[in-house]
Amino acid sequence: MSDLKPDTTPIEPILGETIPTGRDLNLTLWGDVWRKLKRDKRFWISATMVTIFILMALVPALFFTKDPNACNIHDTALRPSREHWFGTDLLGCDYYTRVIYGARTSLQVGLIVSGVELALALFLGSASGFFGGWIDMLISRFADVWFSVPTILGSILVLTLFHGGGPVVIALVIALFAWPDMTRLVRAVVISGKQRGYTRAARTMGSSGRRILARHVLPNGIGPVLVFSAYVIGSSAGAEAGLTFLGVGLRLPAISWGLQLSVADTRFPELAYLMFFPSLFLCLLIGAWILLGESLRDAMDPKLFGSSGDV
Amino acid sequence: MSDPLMDVEGLEVEFRTEDGVVKAVHGLSYGLRKGEILAVLGESGSGKTVHARAILRILDSPPAFVTGGEVSLDGTELFPLDEDEMVDIRGARIAMLFQDPHTALDPVYTVGGQMIELLRLRQGLSKREAKAEAIDLLKRVGIPSAEERLKAYPHQLSGGIAQRVMVAMAVALDPDVLLADEPTSSLDVTVQAQVLELLKSLVADSEMSMVLITHNLAVAVAMADRIAVMYAGQLVEIGPAREVYAKPAHPYTAALLRSIPDINVREERLPAIKGAPPNLLHLPAGCPFNPRCEYATEICLREMPPLESVGDEHASACWHWEEVVR
Repeated sequence: MSDLKPDTTPIEPILGETIPTGRDLNLTLWGDVWRKLKRDKRFWISATMVTIFILMALVPALFFTKDPNACNIHDTALRPSREHWFGTDLLGCDYYTRVIYGARTSLQVGLIVSGVELALALFLGSASGFFGGWIDMLISRFADVWFSVPTILGSILVLTLFHGGGPVVIALVIALFAWPDMTRLVRAVVISGKQRGYTRAARTMGSSGRRILARHVLPNGIGPVLVFSAYVIGSSAGAEAGLTFLGVGLRLPAISWGLQLSVADTRFPELAYLMFFPSLFLCLLIGAWILLGESLRDAMDPKLFGSSGDV
Repeated sequence: MSDPLMDVEGLEVEFRTEDGVVKAVHGLSYGLRKGEILAVLGESGSGKTVHARAILRILDSPPAFVTGGEVSLDGTELFPLDEDEMVDIRGARIAMLFQDPHTALDPVYTVGGQMIELLRLRQGLSKREAKAEAIDLLKRVGIPSAEERLKAYPHQLSGGIAQRVMVAMAVALDPDVLLADEPTSSLDVTVQAQVLELLKSLVADSEMSMVLITHNLAVAVAMADRIAVMYAGQLVEIGPAREVYAKPAHPYTAALLRSIPDINVREERLPAIKGAPPNLLHLPAGCPFNPRCEYATEICLREMPPLESVGDEHASACWHWEEVVR
């Protein structure tokens, strides 16, 4: 035990130490996600489908549609033909055109619900997760109580009271009952982010609470929230169709898959094609968003791909 | 003894857990002088990390609460300050360095992004000035091709480089006190020595003082001017590094010294301190070290010994320090 001094003799600056070349790809967190997405077939399939639906909503004319309101009552309930690809509906409108135009309503509702929920969740979820204490208590208990009201049931109730409404109103009503889900997710993400090393380090360097939340906690945790937003777009498009089908949502002359299904229901199974086409499009739209969400989730989950995530 | 720069006085921290209240830090007092390196030595659970977080007031409350004591920096008491005033202190007056640089750097920003933000936020520099300053800082901590490194993301850096970046950020605002919490424990042995050397030279070249928190006695002896030994949340010995090393006055310190293997002696078994680290929920009565102590007598089971002067600036909390020194 004579000379205990550890070897701390001065060592020349670390010129020998270089970045490992294999990892020197200048990968950001999002770069890493993109690299995984590129290899995922589900991503390409769903992204293509989502793009097609968005085009349908924005410029339906690209899809060789006719005037959706140019209906000829003499041509009522024609079967699919070269002239009318999906046949015509009970009022003699070109069904293909009407189905294509339906995408706009569905997407509009999906995007509004998702956007409103995201905004609410970022605000309420962050506040409750980050500040904790009585704020968390208040928001979380309120969300729990609200959560116990089924979305569809609550929406039916409210829409019945207001005798339906346009797509915006329906979207807001759905969001009104669906927000607790995403709020809980944001809260969880914020709570876990709060305990990360970089959050603590940022505090020791004098970042204020709000700054840490905005610059460190949310950017690191936003991934799963965006994934969930994609699901919400799909599921609320489905909810709108459901509500409209039940007669509390959109009314004519609006063009909506739910409305088409509800009319088709009166002549089923005699005119089964009236039921088939809007159902198919609705399923594809919901499926596309869910698949997109799933591929994003897998790309962002380091546990599934064994990447070098900080878990 | 000149007035200390930072004074910790009777610090008490407790964790309120479901199983009961744990005293993580109990009656801790010490003074940190200007330009000094004070090593705080202790095993896991000794309260060394908790005490540093308590000083900066970044404990997770709940479950951890400061329940007593005072920390003052240059005469300013820290605990009565409001959060905004504390934000100004953090980083600029008291900075902290963490064990694992890869978790302390935010993975979504580049090194430059994080450094430049810090400098712009805290020193009001323009983007261009901040970038130049960041490059200077990286050079100061011995990072080659600093300008390139600014563009790197944390996961692209080796542990040593990443910790140098953290050191650069910790000293960026020219703090009076650096709390270094096991700054080398997650690094390769070869890199450890380099980072320690860097820290030592930074302290020597500036007016900064450093509290070096470590579980490694050899590191403490090599780096520190003084060593404070903590056991079960309490200060059990404090003194000049050389004295504590040559003439430990607490059985725990003495046992730690004995447990360092000597390369010249062939030993069947590595010497270790008998028994297990204390369970803070069920501390023994009296001196917390008594179950593992070879000197323990009846009084040790009854009463905690006070911190007594055992030499020049050297104090120990042991009823039998005279036997230990001998």
